[in-house]
Amino acid sequence: MNAVRKRDLKMLIFGLLVYGVLQGLISGGVIGSFWQLNIILICVNVIMAVSLNLINGYTGQFSLGHAGFMAVGAYVGVVATTNFHLPLIAALILGAICAGALGFLIGLPTLRLRGDYLAIATLGLGEIIRIVIMNIEYVGGAAGFKGIQHLTNFTWVYFVMLVTLFFIKNFVNSSHGRACIAVRENEIAAEAMGVNTTRYKVMAFTIGAAFAGVAGGLFAHQFYLISPNSFNFLASFNYLIMVVLGGMGSITGSIAGAFVVTFISAALASFPEMRMIIYALALILLMFYRPQGLFGYMEVTNFAPFKKFLVNSEK
Amino acid sequence: MSESKKPLLKTEDVSEVFGGLKAVSDFNFYINKGELVGLIGPNGAGKTTIFNLMTGVYVPTTGEILLDGESIVGLKPYQITQRGIARTFQNIRLFSELSVLDNVKIAYHCHVKYGLLETVFRMGRYFDEENEIEQESLKLLKIFKLDEHAYEVAKNLPYGAQRRLEIARALAAKPKLLLLDEPAAGMNPQETHELMEMIRWIRKQFGLTVLLIEHDMSLVMGICERIYVLEYGIIIATGTPTEIQNNPEVIRAYLGEEAVN
Repeated sequence: MNAVRKRDLKMLIFGLLVYGVLQGLISGGVIGSFWQLNIILICVNVIMAVSLNLINGYTGQFSLGHAGFMAVGAYVGVVATTNFHLPLIAALILGAICAGALGFLIGLPTLRLRGDYLAIATLGLGEIIRIVIMNIEYVGGAAGFKGIQHLTNFTWVYFVMLVTLFFIKNFVNSSHGRACIAVRENEIAAEAMGVNTTRYKVMAFTIGAAFAGVAGGLFAHQFYLISPNSFNFLASFNYLIMVVLGGMGSITGSIAGAFVVTFISAALASFPEMRMIIYALALILLMFYRPQGLFGYMEVTNFAPFKKFLVNSEK
Repeated sequence: MSESKKPLLKTEDVSEVFGGLKAVSDFNFYINKGELVGLIGPNGAGKTTIFNLMTGVYVPTTGEILLDGESIVGLKPYQITQRGIARTFQNIRLFSELSVLDNVKIAYHCHVKYGLLETVFRMGRYFDEENEIEQESLKLLKIFKLDEHAYEVAKNLPYGAQRRLEIARALAAKPKLLLLDEPAAGMNPQETHELMEMIRWIRKQFGLTVLLIEHDMSLVMGICERIYVLEYGIIIATGTPTEIQNNPEVIRAYLGEEAVN
């Protein structure tokens, strides 16, 4: 019992250390504004990837509409701060509630579908959300929402990411998380072991959607303008790539996936003609040599040196 | 009969029709608390269909299924598990990518009391209950001689061990009634004998009622107190192992008309 708490504490300290180093580098001017923006994007993408992983990787429900929930969080958030002058934290929570509620409503009927059918249904729903937003004049329609206050910074995004990671890590490492994993592994057996499979599918979908909403809120307040096209099908696909690349069913994998994808596209920004080719090649090679993703089902805490580090100081 | 002999599970005229096929017809069955009953019959007789009816995978076309006197018709499989019926599968259905320990832990699911908030904030009952689940799971694995493999991936276990793990997992759901669908399938005589001893032992230890489907006659005749024989979805005989062995109807069903004469 104490061992688990100490492990959490150590991970928190590790997270704070990373924050300290990065914040130091930013304040010291070592990291320029271009990379500063990309670090923030990495954090937002980590939230997106981890929340999508809860649905796709842990619960095994193939969802392709994650950017739609991000859009809901983003628009609800900017309306809350710009039109109603609420603080950022309230905007994020509102965005999470709205995206989560929508996820719940959409999840109830669609999660009866399996595999490819669910993928197509969620793909369609993501597009519906985008097109509906495009037609609401109140939030700027197709031209996008202008005049957003720049409320986020590295500190905000980083700590919200930490909260998300702890939330999802704790959820997954519990009876509820095990129920989700059981649904992925064998739905019939899960049901026979007393797991209400519908409930857990919808629960994972709702939690995933809510965190996508949080990510959307953070993303939106980073820019002066957001447009519905930032949340199109390609964006959903990008998050899926992060999850698959990192490993379905691994939180560490999602972090790595979000980092690698964002980093590659930022690093190749100055070679636009080569960018997509290298990106595609990297994905093809990875699927050839490591189809389970970078981490598979493994977490960083499963590797020997980390395990030693975590266990040793427990004595 | 005395109060303790009240039937735990009872079916009344249960029928199941798939299109034009009557898989089970007018199935009348009971099992008392603490009994060990066998269900046998040739391939395709409808034995597994009956398990699927009892566990809510199928809903009977007509008839009533009573657990402790209450109808369980129309309940979802997970609700029936929560009410105390757990099962194993004929074609093994483990959570094959997970560790042996996690397979068992999942089955404790319906007895976990901590809620979502306690999970996420790691408060209250979370630690105590998780600890208890871990200890109990390891204890169960030890009974089934699987404790050495606790951290291995389930699909890497030998076949016999996977069958034992299925039973361990079903027991983790703390059932009143355990349904075993061909537990000895694919086992050699030595393993079958060990399994027989194990079923006897867990039944006594956990105060279980057991219903099993089996093709291995040495196992069925060795441990069952009562046997139902099924052919084409109809009960053709019922009685003690000796009665069944000498029943001409049963011999006909298994060996053909000539064998009787």
